[in-house]
Amino acid sequence: MISDNLVELRGLTVAFDGVKVLHGIDLTVRRGEAIGLVGESGCGKSVTWLAALGLLPGKATVAGSVRVDGQEILGGPRTVLEGVRGKRIAMIFQDPSSSLNPVLKIGRQITEALVLHRALTGEAAKTEALRLMDMVGIPDARRRFDLFPHEFSGGQCQRLMIAMALAGEPDLLVADEPTTALDATIQAQILDLLIELRAETGMATIFISHDLGAVSQVCERACVMYAGRIVEQGTIEALFDNPRHPYTRGLFDAIPRLDGPRDRLIPIPGTVPHPRDLPEGCAFSPRCSHAAVDCRSRRPDLSAMDDGRLLSCFHPVGNAVDLAPAAESRIVEAVS
Amino acid sequence: MLRFASIRLLRAIITILAVVTFAFVVLRMSGDPAQVMLGPDVPQESVDAFRKAWGLDQPLWIQYLAYIKSIFSGDFGVSMRDKASAMQLVIDRIPATLQLTIPALFLKVVIGIPAGVYAALHRQSAVDRGVILAAIFGFTIPSFVMGLLLVLIFSITLGLLPSGGQDTWQHGILPTLTMSIGGIGILARFSRSAMIEVMGQPYIRTASAKGMAWQDVVWRHALPNAAVPIVTIVGFMVGSLIAGAVVVESIFSWPGIGRLLVVSVTNRDLAVVQCILLIIAATMVVSNLIVDLLYGWLDPRLRAQNAH
Repeated sequence: MISDNLVELRGLTVAFDGVKVLHGIDLTVRRGEAIGLVGESGCGKSVTWLAALGLLPGKATVAGSVRVDGQEILGGPRTVLEGVRGKRIAMIFQDPSSSLNPVLKIGRQITEALVLHRALTGEAAKTEALRLMDMVGIPDARRRFDLFPHEFSGGQCQRLMIAMALAGEPDLLVADEPTTALDATIQAQILDLLIELRAETGMATIFISHDLGAVSQVCERACVMYAGRIVEQGTIEALFDNPRHPYTRGLFDAIPRLDGPRDRLIPIPGTVPHPRDLPEGCAFSPRCSHAAVDCRSRRPDLSAMDDGRLLSCFHPVGNAVDLAPAAESRIVEAVS
Repeated sequence: MLRFASIRLLRAIITILAVVTFAFVVLRMSGDPAQVMLGPDVPQESVDAFRKAWGLDQPLWIQYLAYIKSIFSGDFGVSMRDKASAMQLVIDRIPATLQLTIPALFLKVVIGIPAGVYAALHRQSAVDRGVILAAIFGFTIPSFVMGLLLVLIFSITLGLLPSGGQDTWQHGILPTLTMSIGGIGILARFSRSAMIEVMGQPYIRTASAKGMAWQDVVWRHALPNAAVPIVTIVGFMVGSLIAGAVVVESIFSWPGIGRLLVVSVTNRDLAVVQCILLIIAATMVVSNLIVDLLYGWLDPRLRAQNAH
């Protein structure tokens, strides 16, 4: 029987020149589900998937386990990874214009993937490439098959990247900030396209973004990452209605609201610590208004809560079943 | 495209004209051909007669206009020394020079580019460090030092190869090597840095993410992009096919254009020097033009710019 789990990351760590930037990511992607990865720049959300697919530069040291349908792909021969990339897991990137090869015709860049993964050649490959271009909403695909990337707009380039990703009929599409470099209206179109394609193809989606609104549109589940760790993970409803980690809460407080009273936005004070000098204990503690003594000496594990979410915090905010210990230690800190 | 071509053509003509003018003026201001040709102890009448015969008694600007006019009618002047057509003298020497510079260019390309690309793909490896070191060594040693060094090793110490002349094909080996070593170093370095830059581009990551085999990523996605800067350097080397052998031909007594240039400058043989400079300028201009056209072929973005 095929397991329900498509991709399993276990204890995935990444270090650049000996500096750890990813501190053990555990994440299970089930068939067909959409998971959001959110967090500030440099928190490791992109690195996680670049590492999983072996796309980081040579100076990166990757350890841990990445299984696709139970098969380990990390640390194996290059051909194993090449067999997974594009075929099982496809990835699209933040800056679509520079992610397409400037000197190759767009048609060729798409057919390349079809030749690799679907053994299509010649006319058959071209027909399928045109169908994919059509599917992602490139008007007049036949005429534009032989154009170069610079002859398309940024939004169209992202559509072409998506067409290329779909060419291998992957089980999982990793979208790494696919809308960050685009205009707001184009962003919405690309999000709609991703949602639509997922409904049509049934492929799972990882949506990496710092835009919580976009994540809520695309995904059922989200992981909030901070300084190379997942700090909270749960359903979109749980996270939106009742964020428990002070960092998750901070992210929501920093979003402007269209409805409701005109309050000042509450920014999260301070900046993300450099991976080289992470604070002791919880990495978020220096910026956290709820931090207590224990936060600065011990690091909370990511553990399951009663409502099914995973949380890594000694003193969570929001509606908890039991707030007493948190209050208690805040008192301890106040008197000490 | 037509506009692009005509602008380029006009620029080419202006460049050649500028070189010709510069050479004309500098040659006439830097020494008197009559003194050099006739020697120091000739009577003033002979000098005057010589000047009159070659038109050197005229004001400079009249000489210049006459020269430009004759160039456009295909007359490139007569050598003061050999009394023969200057252009014919120069053309006769071209094959000898190309015998050295074409094999040297071939060596530069087939050794320099692969070495640089290999080093880039195996960055920080022992091979990479070796290539960088050899490249720096190659292009920092001037060719006159390199030439003498090779003569010392292969002709004097080992006695394997002749040190000068043009009698057999073995005579060409040392000058060709001398000429190619610097270029190999330059091309290796340029190819390496071009390739390193390209391999860090997002589209290379895309190609890998697509599931392409590593060598296909390198051959089909990286190299075509790295070609633009490499072609620039190779184009410059092609442009120097005729001019690039001056020093080396002198060291190895190779009877090519370079040696003719040195001898003609020394003798103030005006027409010959001007012919050589004209040909050198023309080859440079033509190779630059070819490079520009290649850019458009290699990089469609530049093609679009040129069309507008």
